[in-house]
Amino acid sequence: MAASSSGAPANTPGSAPATAPAGAVGRLIRWIDYRLPFVAFIEHELYEYPTPRNLNYWWNFGSLAGIVLVVMIVTGVVLAMHYTPHADLAFDSVERIMRDVNYGWLLRYIHMNGASMFFLIVYIHLFRGLYYGSYKYPRELLWILGVVILVLMIATAFMGYVLPWGQMSYWAATVITNLFSAIPVVGDKIVTLLWGGFTVGNPTLNRFFSLHYLLPFVIVAVVGLHLIALHQHGSNNPLGIDHRGPQDTIPFHPYYTIKDMFGLCVFLLFFSIFIFYIPNMLSSADNYIPANPMVTPNHIVPEWYLLPYYAILRSVPNKLFGVILSFGSILLLFLVPWLDTSRVRSARFRPIYKWVYWLLPIDVLALGYVGANPPAGSVVVIGQVATFYYFFHFLILMPLIGKLETPRPLPISIGAAVLTEGR
Amino acid sequence: MADTAQAHVTPGHGVGDPLGDDGGSRRDFLLLSAGALGGIGAAIAVWPFIDSLNPARDTLALSTTEVDLAPVQVGQRLTVAWRGKPVFINHRPPEEIKAAQDVDVASLRDPQPDSARVKKPEWLVVVGVCTHLGCIPLGNKPGDDRGPFGGWFCPCHGSVYDTSARIRQGPAPQNLFVPPYEFTSDTAVKIG
Repeated sequence: MAASSSGAPANTPGSAPATAPAGAVGRLIRWIDYRLPFVAFIEHELYEYPTPRNLNYWWNFGSLAGIVLVVMIVTGVVLAMHYTPHADLAFDSVERIMRDVNYGWLLRYIHMNGASMFFLIVYIHLFRGLYYGSYKYPRELLWILGVVILVLMIATAFMGYVLPWGQMSYWAATVITNLFSAIPVVGDKIVTLLWGGFTVGNPTLNRFFSLHYLLPFVIVAVVGLHLIALHQHGSNNPLGIDHRGPQDTIPFHPYYTIKDMFGLCVFLLFFSIFIFYIPNMLSSADNYIPANPMVTPNHIVPEWYLLPYYAILRSVPNKLFGVILSFGSILLLFLVPWLDTSRVRSARFRPIYKWVYWLLPIDVLALGYVGANPPAGSVVVIGQVATFYYFFHFLILMPLIGKLETPRPLPISIGAAVLTEGR
Repeated sequence: MADTAQAHVTPGHGVGDPLGDDGGSRRDFLLLSAGALGGIGAAIAVWPFIDSLNPARDTLALSTTEVDLAPVQVGQRLTVAWRGKPVFINHRPPEEIKAAQDVDVASLRDPQPDSARVKKPEWLVVVGVCTHLGCIPLGNKPGDDRGPFGGWFCPCHGSVYDTSARIRQGPAPQNLFVPPYEFTSDTAVKIG
């Protein structure tokens, strides 16, 4: 597993860990490692793992996402010990967590806002990959695994949002499951299958709880694959050129472990502001009203991290097409390694793409604005233009610019570029 | 290494293969048929897991609702629960009936004459679930926004229904669904 690009397997029997101390402890480590090469594996992937020496702070967000995933699983497992997945009891059990369970409010606010943080970090991570061309040869599968993680995260977050069984939980579940009714012929049967009844109800809540508990561990497994793919060829870097030798790299530990730790501290400060001062800012007040199948809230909005997809869904007047484009906006990401025809990875050396790139985050923010507001007047127009541009960007601009533009000359090596920059 | 080299020789074409070509094709047949049967068996074994997610028998049993219509005034709209969903019962005044009947059916998105949607013109019974994404349209309570056609208006994505609960504007593809129902007397209806 995770053999380095230099080809030497980390775990050949007898390759005792270099750092194993002398004496009894060292003998114990060598005894274990001969049978299960754990220490040698860690040593290889952390101490020896050569990392480009020029990574900037945008490269902090991968490990940060991993840490938040752990935080979500730890808080989630404890919350599940206090939560009751039944339509008649779920809402009250969440209120009990908030009022009666010791530190229940803290666990729930960490979990609730942690979901937002997870998406924020992953979106930054994704846009970093887009800017520096991290999806290009030979990292296509690394990118695809990342998109798989995003899809799993969306499913997990949606089902978690349903569990408190408030008004927004109930109607989000209704609207999202009804998306599948757009499928011709078998749509209604699929929706009944998803619900386990004639509406969203107790069977729906039960299965969502089961899956919400399962999927994070699936995400952990895909993150493992993502890391194996990453360590196969190593991190991309802001210059987007391959490293050619020891002068271009530094060991991951201690150089990037310390940098990631610093980034983590800054992030925890930011996260704490949400947990302790504005814990409900990112959620809807309607979700503190128990679910009522007879009344729809006047304005249904998803959580902020799903607003762009929701805006695309609403911008298309046809139900089936709206659903296709909304799902398609995510699935399109799978094709990015082949839609970008430029062989230069980093946008720094791409005079046209460097500027056009920024239209995409602007477009996604516009879609977010549209998704958050009632569909009337100018919001509808902005939504339709932004939806069009989203697909135009990926399907037309990306392949075209790669063919048309003349990239600037690339530096000879990472080491040379770092030295001439004078930093 | 010699053993592994031999193992990679295609069965049936190996120098040392006692079965020859005939034996090879027999082996292919066995492999294919065993593989196909195993695949079908696995697919069949998956079905109970999927079907267990469909509505259970106790869920299916809750299927009828009876409603006394005697106290419902002309122009009044009533909401009752059937299978956990709201059903809208509209005691339509003559102008609403006329508006519903005077529409050019061919111009509708989901063409249905009013007569096909009611058993008695003064009583409209429909499932109050928007056919777009399942929200409950407004219009059944006094003071609700009923939309430009005087029927119902879905606040989620702006679908507009007329006084026969047919889709007139917005993203919904179909008219509000008419549930199976029958009048058990002049003033009582059984839904389901």
